Amino acid sequence: MKKQHTHWHAATLFVGWLVSFGVIVISGTASAITNASTADHSKFKELQQTFKTGPDVTKACLKCHTEAAKQIQKTTHWTWEYRNPANGQLLGKKHLINNFCISEMSNEAFCNACHIGYGWKDDTFDFTKQENVDCLVCHDTTGVYKKAPGMAGHPAYKPIENPPGSGKFIQPVDLKKVAQGVGKTSRDTCGACHFYGGGGDGVKHGDLDSSLSAPDKKLDVHMDATGSDFACATCHMTTGHQVPGSRYAPTAMDKGGARMRGKADTRNPTTCVACHGNAPHPVKTAQLNNHGSLLNDHTSKLACQTCHIPSFARGGVPTKVSWDWSTSGKLTPEGKPFVKKDDKGHVIYDSRKGDFVLSENVVPGYTWFNGTVKYTLLTDKIEMIDGVIHINSFAGSPDDGKSMIWPVKVFRGSQPYDPVNQTLVVPHTTGSDDTAYWKNFNWEKAIATGMATAHAPFSGKIAFAKTVMYWPIAHMIAPKEEALSCQQCHSANGRLKDIKGVYMPGRDASKLLDMAGWTIALLALIGVLIHGSLRFINSNKKG
Amino acid sequence: MTAEKIYIFKRFERFWHWTQAALIIFMMLTGFEIHGVYKLFGFGKAVSLHTIAAWSLITLWVFAIFWHFTTGEWKQYIPTLEKVDAMLKYYLTGIFTDAPHPFRLTTLKKHNPLQRLAYLGVKLLINPLIWASGLLYLYYGSWGDLGLSGLSLPWIAMIHTGAAFLMLIFFIVHVYLTTTGHTPLAHIKAMITGWEEPD
Repeated sequence: MKKQHTHWHAATLFVGWLVSFGVIVISGTASAITNASTADHSKFKELQQTFKTGPDVTKACLKCHTEAAKQIQKTTHWTWEYRNPANGQLLGKKHLINNFCISEMSNEAFCNACHIGYGWKDDTFDFTKQENVDCLVCHDTTGVYKKAPGMAGHPAYKPIENPPGSGKFIQPVDLKKVAQGVGKTSRDTCGACHFYGGGGDGVKHGDLDSSLSAPDKKLDVHMDATGSDFACATCHMTTGHQVPGSRYAPTAMDKGGARMRGKADTRNPTTCVACHGNAPHPVKTAQLNNHGSLLNDHTSKLACQTCHIPSFARGGVPTKVSWDWSTSGKLTPEGKPFVKKDDKGHVIYDSRKGDFVLSENVVPGYTWFNGTVKYTLLTDKIEMIDGVIHINSFAGSPDDGKSMIWPVKVFRGSQPYDPVNQTLVVPHTTGSDDTAYWKNFNWEKAIATGMATAHAPFSGKIAFAKTVMYWPIAHMIAPKEEALSCQQCHSANGRLKDIKGVYMPGRDASKLLDMAGWTIALLALIGVLIHGSLRFINSNKKG
Repeated sequence: MTAEKIYIFKRFERFWHWTQAALIIFMMLTGFEIHGVYKLFGFGKAVSLHTIAAWSLITLWVFAIFWHFTTGEWKQYIPTLEKVDAMLKYYLTGIFTDAPHPFRLTTLKKHNPLQRLAYLGVKLLINPLIWASGLLYLYYGSWGDLGLSGLSLPWIAMIHTGAAFLMLIFFIVHVYLTTTGHTPLAHIKAMITGWEEPD
């Protein structure tokens, strides 16, 4: 008995030793990878100083990285401006209107906390000044670098009370520490803005939120923090600071197959196909059910994301699915704004913003998409389709040879527009002046200021209209076992029930043929039954 | 009724018939599920089973075709209109009055004229339609490579479904007619043992 006990003890020790050895080896490998850089920035003289401001840090960076700012200044991350070559529309945050916070225009100091620059508070911002580029927001590895809304993209250099009078202070950032700790971009640095678009965690995209900071495999097979651990830049493979894979001009269909390293290739490297190729499901020769090739047949019509992202907002962070500005502005009897929360503590009403609907594990909408997105811009006359203004619309059709069926987040809202000029409007929401909507709750004043800043005509009249906006879904790729099952689409009321232009067994059939087939089969059955009965009766008569 | 028995269905033919019967019933079951008529295995599983059954049936048919030609049994299906009217009349009236069967089978003529026509129809119309449309359906993804990109999937699917309905109708009538021997199970017994007692 005692001997057996000792054996067990030894075995446990051995297993424990194996496990801890494994952990050490694994973590050793991981840290070896993170520390693979040939430069330790804390040893650089230029960075061994106390920095007063962000631009001071940038000046130090540029002493070695001489071309970096020039590269950044060519990107959409810097200009917030993008000319869509497909239809000539001038897009980018600088120009767009959405149905979340509506517009950056006249709200620069607040919104531009997410600009990769310092000081964009109005149209006097100098886009050519190299030290205005913020290196740290993307290259921080310490996690302490923060840019709060209202400071036009600067971090805090001294304790700042925010909101004013609240007694809560934003503490200054240790710029020296951050500068000495710079490294590659990460899910956290990209996520600092892209997880929080639309005014909070997960609000805007639904497939990008803070749960992707360290996701498990179930949430995203590639970004799995204990597995492949992809950074954003693993797919958004960046050279010279030019980040590919923008949603302004997505690659809806990629027929080019997997990219080969070393081979010159100007295609978007961000697509699934760029690594997985156009026939990604393994085809085994002795596979009698043709499973792999049947799955591969789908790749001519379906974006990979359609099956492999069964739902989004899966990481425990809800995303907004609708935002009704028309109910904003309610105040307490004391005249104060208030918020209402649901039982999970998420805000569902805010006097400044209106009513929200939040949702987790959202089933996407599906649409034919050829990569061209058309926006309703401030300069466009609005067009109501069934009483709804389409903030953007995805072009595509089953027949244009360029479209695939894509999953999208459908975001609905209600927002102010100018019923006389028939345009969308820009409200000045943020700030502490006496026209800011979030301070004064007066739409007329807020919109007059917003439209003046945007140099757009405003009649002074306001009405609210229902709006809808579409967002392509491309993150939160589930493990293959959790991809959509066949019948989720191949059935009468499946996910693709509204998709036209494809014949799907299980969903589609010729009604005429079915009716004829079943009728004749039934008549045959009735015929033989009558014939048989007559024979039976006859033989009984004789018998 | 005579007591003499004739050995008309040889061992391979019986094996072929029953295996084919099982496969066709199974393919109708899975096929109409794929068509969306009911839910039994689930779409994905049904497609998988349907495809495996299809390859099995094709393999079986390769052997069957070989057998038909090497044994000369294909001649059993040469169509004839002789006595077709008598057969029809028998099924419509004679069968109820115990009239004599107008056809006497022999080992060289084991199918009556209606059977000849019906089976030939299955072999030359229904089967080729199902096979061609089914294989095209299965290799939809390779149409471009095969130079068939002009084909239309809805039409291929319709032909496949239409042929499946023809098979179903054949199946109903065929199963019923097996009961029209001198006893209801006589023909089925013959298909199992190979020995038929002519009417």
